[in-house]
Amino acid sequence: MATALVQMSQVNKKFPGVNALADAHFELLPGEVHALVGENGAGKSTMMKILVGIYAKDSGQVLLEGKPVNITNPKAAEAAGISIIHQELNLMNDLTVAQNIFIGREPRKWLPFIIDEKKLVANAQQLLSDLHIDLDPNEKVENLSVAQQQMAEIAKALSFKSKVLIMDEPTATLTDREINELFRIIRDLRSRGVGVVHISHRLEELKQISDRITVMRDGHTIETLQTKDASIDEVIRLMVGRTIFQESPGIPENPSKEVILEVKNLNRGRLVQNVSFKLHRGEVLGFAGLVGAGRTEVLRAVFGADKPRSGTIAVKGKEVKINSPSAAVKNGIGYLSEDRKRFGLATSMDVQTNISLTVISRLSDKLGRVNFGKIKALAEKFVKQLGVRTPSITQLVQFLSGGNQQKVAIAKWLNADTEIIIFDEPTRGIDVGAKSEIHHLMNDLAAQGKGVIMISSELPEILRMSHRIVVMCEGRITGELPGGVSTQEEIMTLATQRVGAKAA
Amino acid sequence: MSQTATKRKGFGATGRNALQRLLAFSALILMVIIFSFASESFLTPSNIVGILIATTVIGILALGVTFVIISGGIDLSVGTVMTLSAVMTAIFITNLGLPIPIGILAGVITGSIAGWFNGFLIAKLNIPPFIATLGTLFVARGLALVLSDLAPIYFNDAPEFNLIAMGSIIGSVIPAFPVPNIVLVFFAMAIICGFILNRTTLGRYTYAIGSNEEATRLSGVNVAMWKMAIYALGGCLAGVAGVVLAARLNSAQPSLGFGYELEAIAAAVVGGVSLRGGQGTILGTVIGAFVISTLTNGLRILSVPQEWQIVVTGLIVILAVYLDIVRRSREPGAT
Repeated sequence: MATALVQMSQVNKKFPGVNALADAHFELLPGEVHALVGENGAGKSTMMKILVGIYAKDSGQVLLEGKPVNITNPKAAEAAGISIIHQELNLMNDLTVAQNIFIGREPRKWLPFIIDEKKLVANAQQLLSDLHIDLDPNEKVENLSVAQQQMAEIAKALSFKSKVLIMDEPTATLTDREINELFRIIRDLRSRGVGVVHISHRLEELKQISDRITVMRDGHTIETLQTKDASIDEVIRLMVGRTIFQESPGIPENPSKEVILEVKNLNRGRLVQNVSFKLHRGEVLGFAGLVGAGRTEVLRAVFGADKPRSGTIAVKGKEVKINSPSAAVKNGIGYLSEDRKRFGLATSMDVQTNISLTVISRLSDKLGRVNFGKIKALAEKFVKQLGVRTPSITQLVQFLSGGNQQKVAIAKWLNADTEIIIFDEPTRGIDVGAKSEIHHLMNDLAAQGKGVIMISSELPEILRMSHRIVVMCEGRITGELPGGVSTQEEIMTLATQRVGAKAA
Repeated sequence: MSQTATKRKGFGATGRNALQRLLAFSALILMVIIFSFASESFLTPSNIVGILIATTVIGILALGVTFVIISGGIDLSVGTVMTLSAVMTAIFITNLGLPIPIGILAGVITGSIAGWFNGFLIAKLNIPPFIATLGTLFVARGLALVLSDLAPIYFNDAPEFNLIAMGSIIGSVIPAFPVPNIVLVFFAMAIICGFILNRTTLGRYTYAIGSNEEATRLSGVNVAMWKMAIYALGGCLAGVAGVVLAARLNSAQPSLGFGYELEAIAAAVVGGVSLRGGQGTILGTVIGAFVISTLTNGLRILSVPQEWQIVVTGLIVILAVYLDIVRRSREPGAT
């Protein structure tokens, strides 16, 4: 067996509150396509970011072609022959393909600051044809499709004479035809002895392209399989096979059959395709799927934050037109965004102001003078009701913990007489105790007859909380499962069910 | 897969950008036609020379602003930096009695240092460009007033300064068109700037930083250093504008210059330089400068009061920025 290009062993990495990697290991051989899979947060990206020096490891060993290395920044990684293509492309749209590939390394003529444009284009042309990539080096990147931009990135990465190429979800936004083209290039690289790490959620696609599959879960390397011997079912089992939540499932009975929200044939771009679903009064409806499946996009469209191309929305049986968040609020729909700090709360203002923000006009007189007494009373009521742990209602929200910030955000919607509340990743980044409180709160809301929609990437949470689970993949709803009795495997199977491919 | 190869050699000139230039150019032609019909005195040699002179200072400022805006920044200080440079030149020539070339150099260096200072605030101290250059605007204005003792400084002992600037090489060949030499300085600057923007590393990184600063940094380009260079170049051109203005007026006027920055920015934006960075050309900016000066000139000839000319200039800026936003929002891939 040839010396491994990359050998990572016993790598540990802690982030505040999370063990991102625990004794993880990974091996990449020359001329191999190695798939790295795992649920969101399993540690795949962290491991690769350590390899290219974006993160520093806490402990562990990294060998490059048998020799120990300590790569501390992306430039050093490039010099060592390791390139990474991030999920978000890193190109300069206003420059051409050739200019992008050689940015910072332009050939010069006459004087050290004058660019030899002819040579630049010729070099790029040479590189592209070596890689059998059909791109015009003079084309501006903004005129390229996503797939073509990706190929430009690959060309740029390989212009450093990389021996290791890491691709983080390269196919997430590509069409099938584009994926085939990308795979052709990957196979071509493999035949030249380049080691390719392919991070992806599309399991059936990994069957086509990879030689080996390493499964990660909760920061551990679970197993490395030969692709030809592995079944997709087995990979899924390894990915999700953790001990389920400590607490027993607590889904209350919901007798109501009243449909409080009905969405029909909603369309918006590639992440919202023909989406239809119903929400009942008193129900917690879970939206499961992988990152980028289009869950947030669907509910943003429902909330009026993005304009759908087509589709209808009915609230309590009456069709409504929601073209802005304020229209959604008028119809009793509230939305707690994924990124509380950016969208949900004015963190530099105090608790009472945030709680009253949605109803401040109701607490003011006809001249617009705000009644601070009412605001205070309202804020105190909610702080007590939701158990917000804050020294006072005049505390600035930025000084509260994540869980308490989330409660303030929830209070904001409760007092707006919201009947439908959308929670987008409500417990991400908050500690276990607060998490459980928020779960109870969601149950309470449902019990009071509100409709709750919860987007979560955490499968145990989805399973434990939801009456029904809608699973999405690539902008489509791929199935609906009953809560409580379904399994993580069932969700993962639906969540990876791509168009034109059936999960085995 | 690849579309028809664009044979264009330079960069920064997309179809859309070319369209905006064409639009600006059409607007210029249209204005010329309208103003010529409206007033007999518009299309006369003396008025044309007047427009050329009026374009010079704004045009040179706009060239520097073009680099800054393409890099994704903004420079509000160019107007008063220009004034400070003019005052510096006057101090060197009149107060210190030094030769004219030294005075010119002093003005240009003053501008460059002010520009570098902007770049330092922005790239090293991470102060937002709008605020940093607004601060510099007042610093430069104040310094100009302090150094000049609040009074204009005249070049009484160096009459050649004004003679060289306002003399006309072209006029000695075509006597009907006594285009003063400062106009040639503007065109020379435009050609140099075009070369820098299209053929050198500084130009390349100007587009790259404006297009995607983070990606440029990740590509190993020393973004902070190049930003300082870009602002220094903008300041250098403000210095040149200051020298030209001083020579034209045969004096350094310490209270002048306020408001020039907006006209310069307007010229660049009208010419297709995108305020979001990454796009723009020197040719566009030159056309934009002519649009602004022709409009001002035409309105004056039509006896529109100066207050209203200011209003119109403001509206033109808003219109140009709006066109830029419309252009950008139609971009493919933008959702």
